[in-house]
Amino acid sequence: MATYCDRCGLAAAEGDHTACAAARELEPPRFCPACRRRMKVQVVPTGWTATCVEHGVLTS
Amino acid sequence: MPQILDRARARVLEGGAGLDQAEILEILRLPDEDLPELLQLAHDVRMKWCGPEVEVEGIVSLKTGGCPEDCHFCSQSGLFASPVRAVWLDIPSLVKAAEQTAATGATEFCIVAAVRGPDQRLMDQMREGVKAIKEAVDIQVAASLGMLTQEQVDDLVDMGVHRYNHNLETCESYFPNVVTTHSWEERWSTLKMVRESGMEVCCGGILGLGETVEQRAEFAAQLAELDPHEVPLNFLNPRPGTPLGDRPVVEGKDALRAIAAFRLAMPRTILRYAGGREITLGDLGTREGLLGGINAVIVGNYLTTLGRPATADLELLQDLKMPVKSLSATF
Ligand code: SF4
Ligand SMILES: [Zn+2]
Ligand SMILES: [Zn+2]
Repeated sequence: MATYCDRCGLAAAEGDHTACAAARELEPPRFCPACRRRMKVQVVPTGWTATCVEHGVLTS
Repeated sequence: MPQILDRARARVLEGGAGLDQAEILEILRLPDEDLPELLQLAHDVRMKWCGPEVEVEGIVSLKTGGCPEDCHFCSQSGLFASPVRAVWLDIPSLVKAAEQTAATGATEFCIVAAVRGPDQRLMDQMREGVKAIKEAVDIQVAASLGMLTQEQVDDLVDMGVHRYNHNLETCESYFPNVVTTHSWEERWSTLKMVRESGMEVCCGGILGLGETVEQRAEFAAQLAELDPHEVPLNFLNPRPGTPLGDRPVVEGKDALRAIAAFRLAMPRTILRYAGGREITLGDLGTREGLLGGINAVIVGNYLTTLGRPATADLELLQDLKMPVKSLSATF
């Protein structure tokens, strides 16, 4: 379960993240959903990878 | 029929000359009911002076984020509270991105870096990267690395970079509202060096930065004066944390009017759909643009945001009977 919104970095359980979810269809995640650290994100033409120093790598 | 469309038909479609700034403004002010006819004319101009081929390109960020400049639309500036972090792409991943781009049928691969201008580390990475790409893939390599010195221009030519992208972003009169860390003239002088080097000049910008419709016309006229080989047209995709993060997106009809106007200003240029088309125009917009003056697309993802899958654009091109420009056609 995501503790934090991976687009805005705020607590996933608080507030409305509908707009974040919609935007995420055309954006990679920016915040680690487990710890809200800003991830290192590399976009390439066919996908993306997002890395949290603590929680490892997410890919598209 | 509005008189301006008659004039455009004679001058641009028949004669192959672009409209001037006052005429471009008239085009941008045409009411919605004239839009279908305007788009048809822009399409006819593109077909006559460029042909049915569509140039397909992929782009990749070699160095993302942490840029010292303050372009107010940009999530990669290190000066704003943007969530985009600095990151470098390694050479094997760069080559893989080029291979995946070529596999879509694209003939252009543009390597981009978020910098004011290249330092030695970036130039070294470019030399190694371009060489590795050329050994592995049959694709033309373009670059976008900010402002250049003459020595760096010469180095890029030597590496075999065939086209250089450096956007003026907006018209001269509005530029200081968008960027304060460098000037429009500085960008123009890099473009002049690129032109003189023999590399193809790729120069466009972003619409929806808060410029007026007059300034949009000014921008098209200034680009026409530069006469670039390619003009990438972006529409602002407001990025969280940037000074323009809360701006509204360009209205779909205004975007299409602008595409047609830029085509009528520059009948022979490669007019490329770049970032923001999905946000501004939705899925249908790609089709409408390709039938309204556009003759090139960026496929797949952008630098920090995502695009539609390349397959969606390629299927559309097939549907429209617009062949993807082949490598042999580009020499
Ligand atoms: S120079 Fe390029 S990367 Fe840097 S802030 Fe401006 S647009 Fe962004
Ligand atoms: Zn959110
Ligand atoms: Zn984490």
